[in-house]
Amino acid sequence: MIKFFQQIVNGLALGSIYSLIALGYTMVYGVLRLINFAHGDIYMVGAMVGYYAARIFTGGGSATRLGLVLLSSMLVCGLLGALIERLAYRPLRRAPKINALITAIGVSLFLEYFGQWLFGADPKSFPDLIESQQAFNFHGVVFNNIQLMIFIVSFLLMFGLRFIVQKTKIGKAMRAVSFSHVGSQLVGIPINRIISLTFVLGSVLAAAAGILLGLLNHKIDPLMGLMPGLKAFVAAVLGGIGNIPGALAGGLLMGIAETLVSGYISSTYQNALAFILLIVVLLVKPAGIFGKSSQEKV
Amino acid sequence: MLKPTFRKISWFFLILFCLCFGNACVKHEDSLTVGVFASLTGTTATFGQSMNEGIQLALEEVNQSGGLLGKKVRTVVEDDQSKPEEAKSAVLKLIQQDQVLALLGEVASSRSLAAAPDAQNSKIPMLSPASTNPKVTEVGDYIFRACFVDTFQGSSMARFAYNDLGLRKIAILYDVKNDYSVGLMEFFDKTFRELGGEIVAKESYSENDIDFRAQLTTIKGDAPQAIYVPGYYTEVGLIARQARDLGITLPLLGGDGWDSVKTLEIGGKSVEGSYYTNHYSADDPSPVVQNFIKKYQEKYKKVPDAMAVLGYDAANMLFDAIRRAGSAEGPKIRDSLASTKDFQGVSGKITMDPQRNASKRIVILKIEGGKVKFFKSLEPS
Repeated sequence: MIKFFQQIVNGLALGSIYSLIALGYTMVYGVLRLINFAHGDIYMVGAMVGYYAARIFTGGGSATRLGLVLLSSMLVCGLLGALIERLAYRPLRRAPKINALITAIGVSLFLEYFGQWLFGADPKSFPDLIESQQAFNFHGVVFNNIQLMIFIVSFLLMFGLRFIVQKTKIGKAMRAVSFSHVGSQLVGIPINRIISLTFVLGSVLAAAAGILLGLLNHKIDPLMGLMPGLKAFVAAVLGGIGNIPGALAGGLLMGIAETLVSGYISSTYQNALAFILLIVVLLVKPAGIFGKSSQEKV
Repeated sequence: MLKPTFRKISWFFLILFCLCFGNACVKHEDSLTVGVFASLTGTTATFGQSMNEGIQLALEEVNQSGGLLGKKVRTVVEDDQSKPEEAKSAVLKLIQQDQVLALLGEVASSRSLAAAPDAQNSKIPMLSPASTNPKVTEVGDYIFRACFVDTFQGSSMARFAYNDLGLRKIAILYDVKNDYSVGLMEFFDKTFRELGGEIVAKESYSENDIDFRAQLTTIKGDAPQAIYVPGYYTEVGLIARQARDLGITLPLLGGDGWDSVKTLEIGGKSVEGSYYTNHYSADDPSPVVQNFIKKYQEKYKKVPDAMAVLGYDAANMLFDAIRRAGSAEGPKIRDSLASTKDFQGVSGKITMDPQRNASKRIVILKIEGGKVKFFKSLEPS
């Protein structure tokens, strides 16, 4: 039983990282009906910027240092997200959907291979911003302080996002844009600015996910966004794409399912499982787990 | 309008044709060309870089002493980005375009295996400095290695764990997609059971995985006395860290895939107290070893790792074989490589056995105080 609960704890930490990435997919899909395949690579850029930022900010306690690293990486990725939207997707706003989709794949490949050229193809070891130690031991189930911090940071960010979407004017505008572009424009919502902001928000969360992963698993490289990006996309679809609580639940589900498969069956099948899960859920509920409550689309 | 365009296009193709063929056919008549394919970038970049540095040092020395067969030796180095499919195309390029007379590479068994059939088919002798999986030289009679095989490496570690460390229950965590790792796992498993030990858990991961907590949690539940991790340094470092995060304080055991400064860099304090089998130790007081370390440090300003030593030994074995063959033809070099006996390399006295595997001693190293220390050496049985 201890083993089972330990796997759940491990799965939750991994899953909250997937959730953070999945949110970006889901938000962009909500406002643009576009699957932004470059999103996984923004997560990679987030980790890389964090790696270099940690080398610049060497002073201060571990909390201030982590804060600075997180902020600088979020800032860079937010800008990058806005830039990608402006340069790659906005010119295609009126083009058929498939064009934007293929452009997204192009942007993704560009970021990956430009990253290999810029950062080098070797994996890098993410610095220990926080000394890893046991936070507490509950009858043999170990909670590591980094895993704990990942929970806290992810949930704070997700609540922050929920607040922005539900309680602010910008959030209201985003929800309106996701219903109808034309309608929002008619009531005076600057839809281009709102779409830009959606990209910024999604990229900021991806940057945070990149750094949290760096802290958890230490190894970062320019192609690291590929698999987590796909899995987060699956998570977003599982939860019902376009749905924020759905992305959260989908991410956690993926993380837990994956660790359970690695722990009890074999790690060879962990990726296969992600996609089997997707097929099964879509067969039973084609709109995803939370697909019905589509009023919350963002 | 059509005609001039057509003429332009034909000119273009003619020039392109000349460029392609002109380039490919430039033969270096005054030198002997040896092809090197190595992982200069990618997940096991330090292996390829070190191996190539060792080769280049040997090359410099042989050219300083007048070259071979009255000619200078040169190498063409291709990067395979740590990917088996790239290794195959690198070797094809070396054979067809550069027309090399012999090949040196690869470190990783999966990449040597991907490239070996092409070398065998073109009758170009290929000497792998460090691929330890037995299957590599089974590809054909033109494929050699300058290191011991995993049968020896895996069983040596099993014997060491049972006899010297007195361990009876061991868990294994291996890379299921990697021939090297699977091979070591099998031979360790077999020998350890034969000795009377017990393998309490056998878990796997795949290359490029970054989360090993699930497997480690399972292993923890089975209460072993040590974990055998026959993987490569990037994953080993991560596994060690995550094991400590989960409160697992057992020693880790490994193979020569651990041999990189990155093991300590990524693993940090987590790899303390671990043991691994290797080809050589920098602490070895023998003059051959110390002399090599001095030369290497002068050139590269760092302590050589095992891959540098094996690269150096492999290059020298090949040069020695060419010298003894007195010819630069593939079949003759092959025959003389096969008859290598008591060749004094830095990693020990090397003799080619009938299966084209180098038979030589193995050393066991221990990580202690942030340094890798010599612990014991075992002779081939």
